[in-house]
Amino acid sequence: MTVEARPISRTRLPGFAPLLVLASAIVMAVLVLMPLFVVFGDAFSKGFGKYLASIRDPDAVAAVKLTLLVAAIAVPLNAMFGIAAAWCIAKFEFRGKSALLTLIDLPFSMSPVVSGLVWVLLFGAQGWFGTWLIDHDIKIIFATTGLVLATILVTFPFVARELIPLMQDQGSDEEAAALTLGASGFTTFWKITLPNIRWALLYGVLLCNARAMGEFGAVSVVSGHIRGLTTTLPLHVEVLYNDYDFVGAFAAASLLASLGLITLVLKTTLEWRHAGELAANRRH
Amino acid sequence: MPVNSQPTDDIDAKSPLSLEISGISKSFGRFPALNDVSLQARDKEFLALLGPSGSGKTTLLRVLAGLERPDAGEVRFGGEDFLSLPVRQRRVGMVFQHYALFRHMTVAQNIAFGLKVRKRSERPSKSEVDDRVADLLSLVQLEDLGKRFPAQLSGGQRQRVALARALAIEPRMLLLDEPFGALDAQVRRELRRWLRDLHDRAGVTTVFVTHDQEEALDLADRVAILKGGELIQLGTPNEVYENPADPFVYDFLGAACRLPGTVDGGRLTVADWEAKAPKDAPQGAVEVFFRPDEVSFAPADGAGLAGEVKAVAARGPDVRIECLIEGRLFELEAHGPSVPPGVAPGLSLRIRPMRPKVYAAKSGG
Repeated sequence: MTVEARPISRTRLPGFAPLLVLASAIVMAVLVLMPLFVVFGDAFSKGFGKYLASIRDPDAVAAVKLTLLVAAIAVPLNAMFGIAAAWCIAKFEFRGKSALLTLIDLPFSMSPVVSGLVWVLLFGAQGWFGTWLIDHDIKIIFATTGLVLATILVTFPFVARELIPLMQDQGSDEEAAALTLGASGFTTFWKITLPNIRWALLYGVLLCNARAMGEFGAVSVVSGHIRGLTTTLPLHVEVLYNDYDFVGAFAAASLLASLGLITLVLKTTLEWRHAGELAANRRH
Repeated sequence: MPVNSQPTDDIDAKSPLSLEISGISKSFGRFPALNDVSLQARDKEFLALLGPSGSGKTTLLRVLAGLERPDAGEVRFGGEDFLSLPVRQRRVGMVFQHYALFRHMTVAQNIAFGLKVRKRSERPSKSEVDDRVADLLSLVQLEDLGKRFPAQLSGGQRQRVALARALAIEPRMLLLDEPFGALDAQVRRELRRWLRDLHDRAGVTTVFVTHDQEEALDLADRVAILKGGELIQLGTPNEVYENPADPFVYDFLGAACRLPGTVDGGRLTVADWEAKAPKDAPQGAVEVFFRPDEVSFAPADGAGLAGEVKAVAARGPDVRIECLIEGRLFELEAHGPSVPPGVAPGLSLRIRPMRPKVYAAKSGG
């Protein structure tokens, strides 16, 4: 295996490959691009004025605000948790490490409905802590707190999963070096660990944010669908759709789709601009 | 059987840079990495920790750096209890096996790191830091590379940056973990002399881990040989090479030929060869070791081990002679350029080990 041998692997595609490329392009167009056009098409079907009115509707504005609020709480918390978990797993050996790794993946393998239902079973009126919460006049279910909890649980793995392989690969030699040079634990984290993972962290946060804003299942269970109060943007879409307010539903959906497109652009930019740097990190 | 070296009287525990390690033990889970290791390094000594992988040498180095906490034992440096000091206060310059350069910082930033993280009251001014970095860069002969990133450097250059970074904090002790491990042979030899010079000029005590016996013997003032977490022997390169403590050390320090024999009184018998036994030889069944280049050849009717030459090959300055002795094939060496007289393939001759070492045979071995 010589270095010179590498370019040879980039040979021309065999004869039938263009067919496969064409086929996948068609599938992508039908499954991904068409829905996107439908969303924007239907949103503007009754004209731009009607679209604007739907978006300016107080319930829609409330939904957008709530979505942003939930993400603003859930994403930083999960970023912190993700860094902490990745730090533990990548830099230290301890009992129960593989159990923790499995646990971090659990929200990925579990239906989001279950992730929502958990909180209802714990904090709902009939739940374990239900009576106590009612006695003390604390609302978790059918309130913002519940939405945040459900979102945190669902988006739990994104940051940690992004960081763990990178940090494992980097090892802890650089941190050890910083310590021997006289740096404190905090300085070491701030000046060595964090800069080394910044792009992966940003990437994870981006994915986490996209999911936090778009989450439907878990949030739906704990929300109670109180218009203008506990409906996030995805729930707002459903409510309007069930009311046969198609323009409103698609207008709201177009906002969500735009969020997704922005995330995609940021993510691609990140991959494109820092691919070299990340790859260098992994080779090191 | 830990052979702990006796504290020699010329080690002054009070001298500021003397290192005293006593009874250090450390295990990872059920795996014992170090078992009751005691040794001393003198003021400004260059000490090599030599051993195969898994011998605990790196663990010992990390204990000295403060990156591992031993289960038992004591480390004193200049008379001070070293183990109670946290890593950051030990002022040791550590060079890691893979250098551990900060990949997101330039070479200059790497070197300046140790100065910049000091407490405000002890931190040098920016211009002082810059001067120091420039000095260190010229010391390691990398004046023009301050603005490069580690990924843009060659292995040898990275290694020198790692050294400069470690020296920036004016360490009292330099710890080097396989400093040449990742370099190719050519660069290795160049850097070896340079490192020794640097040690002499910096005036520090250096502990250096390696698995390469040639490197240890060539560079160090004294060599500590470890095996399975225990210290087997400590001495100057000459001492350990001339008088290996046991078969393991003999084997580890260079090519070895071994044959079974017996010692009876003052006489050593190996097959049909009888000779005067070395002074401290154990009695009874023994293992006889000799270096493949420390033999002399005699005609078949002379004295020595009966052997048959199988092949002769001149390789540069040396001549390799494959010989069948006692049914075993040995690769002997003669310093050329000419083949010793009477040595040719197919001939029978006598081989006399010049300085055989004798160890008690392992029971059942």
